[in-house]
Amino acid sequence: MITVKDLTKRYARTTAVDHISFSVDKGQIVGFLGPNGAGKTTTMRMLTCFFPPTAGTASVSGYDVLDQPLEVRRRIGYLPETPPLYLEMETIEYLRFVGRLKGLNGAELEKRVAFVIDRCSIGDVKTKLLGKLSKGYRQRVGLAQAIIHNPDVLVLDEPTSGLDPRQINEARELIRSLAGDHTIILSTHILPEVEQTCEQVIIINKGKLVATDSVQNLQARARGAESLLIEVGGPEGKFAAPAVQQQLERITGISRVQMKQQFTTGAVFEIESVSGQLVRGDLARAVVSGGWDLNELRPSAMSLEEIFLQLTGTPAAATEAAAAPPAEPPAPEAQA
Amino acid sequence: MRNIWIICRRELNSYFTSPIAWLLLTMYSLIFGYFFWNLISAFLEMSMESQMMGQMQPMNISEQIVRPLLANTAFLEIFFVPLISMRLFAEEKRNGTIELLATSPVRDMEIIVGKWLAALLLYVWLLVFTGLNFAFLFRYGHPDIKTMAVAYLGIILQGGALLAIGAFISTLTKNQIIAGAMTFGACLMLWIFAWVTSYNSSTWATVLSYLSVLPHSESFGRGVIETKDAVYYLSAIFLGLFFTSRSMESLRWRS
Repeated sequence: MITVKDLTKRYARTTAVDHISFSVDKGQIVGFLGPNGAGKTTTMRMLTCFFPPTAGTASVSGYDVLDQPLEVRRRIGYLPETPPLYLEMETIEYLRFVGRLKGLNGAELEKRVAFVIDRCSIGDVKTKLLGKLSKGYRQRVGLAQAIIHNPDVLVLDEPTSGLDPRQINEARELIRSLAGDHTIILSTHILPEVEQTCEQVIIINKGKLVATDSVQNLQARARGAESLLIEVGGPEGKFAAPAVQQQLERITGISRVQMKQQFTTGAVFEIESVSGQLVRGDLARAVVSGGWDLNELRPSAMSLEEIFLQLTGTPAAATEAAAAPPAEPPAPEAQA
Repeated sequence: MRNIWIICRRELNSYFTSPIAWLLLTMYSLIFGYFFWNLISAFLEMSMESQMMGQMQPMNISEQIVRPLLANTAFLEIFFVPLISMRLFAEEKRNGTIELLATSPVRDMEIIVGKWLAALLLYVWLLVFTGLNFAFLFRYGHPDIKTMAVAYLGIILQGGALLAIGAFISTLTKNQIIAGAMTFGACLMLWIFAWVTSYNSSTWATVLSYLSVLPHSESFGRGVIETKDAVYYLSAIFLGLFFTSRSMESLRWRS
């Protein structure tokens, strides 16, 4: 549906997008992930034919953005970061205008306008001035104008930015529900959004493609070793966290035990096991046989956040890496 | 063609849903009315004087009222064109709606012509209101309707040319005030360029005065359509719109 090859955008001094290639299949939701200034908006603007690429090609539904921009625009619905609303217009009047602009007219226009009003639940504000709408409604009207001509591809630039938590959920649900009919690219720098909404994720940083994969694969890939969180408890006064730690470190297949939290009647440890080893049963037995209580045992999945920092190598990850070595010395092999 | 009309209609609606159009109409009618009243009073004074002196001087409504009035109208344009054109693109750039237009299946030129046409129609609408004053003249006298029509045509052409320049300037900035001020400056310059010929007759002075709108409006004011003046206005319109489209294209490359 969308094919991008070596797409590049250079400005006078900077290269905003640097040889990016990816492709998106029909009906997919793809998350376009990157820190602010990574080149997300620039890429989207090239896809929507707002401006042409400096080099490389991109095609939407088989039409090239350079050679047939009008055909591409006919097939794309675009919601820029700030919804492009004429504040002095009424909602329905605005939707009719956009519909006409995209080539609809007559009965079909009215049908589509009614459809998107229903789909985006903006019936309440149909005859209100756009300037009087709340941020959440504006975003929905923005989405409504993007889908009015039933485009093959939807390009959404940070569709949930500036919304409150409830509105964010509503917006995400709405976007997910649109996925069947449209291929969707949405950009964001909020990771849970990608985890919740997207099937596929494209990570870019400083204009370069960092990774493109399914959300699950990416998590699995970055995880490597499975890590678990375990909370162990014991009677007040008799509980000694170091003893528990030693006990846990003796279990085969465990590469690292790190105490996360300690209180008078228990402690939380993070446990890393060698890849592929199932250690949960052994952990539980070790705790119980040591006379302690097993309060909690759960996998601590690496969040996309951590994956992201790992892949983009932003300062947060660097400081984490720098802080890690001193904590390492009571190393796995010694005790194993 | 259809797209031009879609853009134009929205633009006109937005002039009339915001106070701009109404404000301009009020101001324009007041100022024009004042000019009209002034000229009529002077004309009446003169006709009374000539009656008292017993000797009839030649009095001519077309020459003594209509022509100076329409010359004033052409001058008023310098002030009103910037107010009409300043928002054309600057507002869209500020609101981000330019992104909607630029990613819709319409050509840049359709957007530009649509917007320019809307501005011109608003200007014509202002002129229509001035027609009310002339209705009085027709009630009580016999001004030459053909001369008047040609003069109006000249004013509309001049308005179109200045509005095209204003549209171009509006693409250069997000700030309407800046666009308005620059357009006002440009219009005023185009007006006063002609003054140079009063003391200088070198080649560059002639060129400068040819660039000015002032000498080109005279023939229309007399009720004569001169080809060279019509060509001047039409090429100014074309050039203004052409620069606007170049500017929009560079907007795409830079932004």
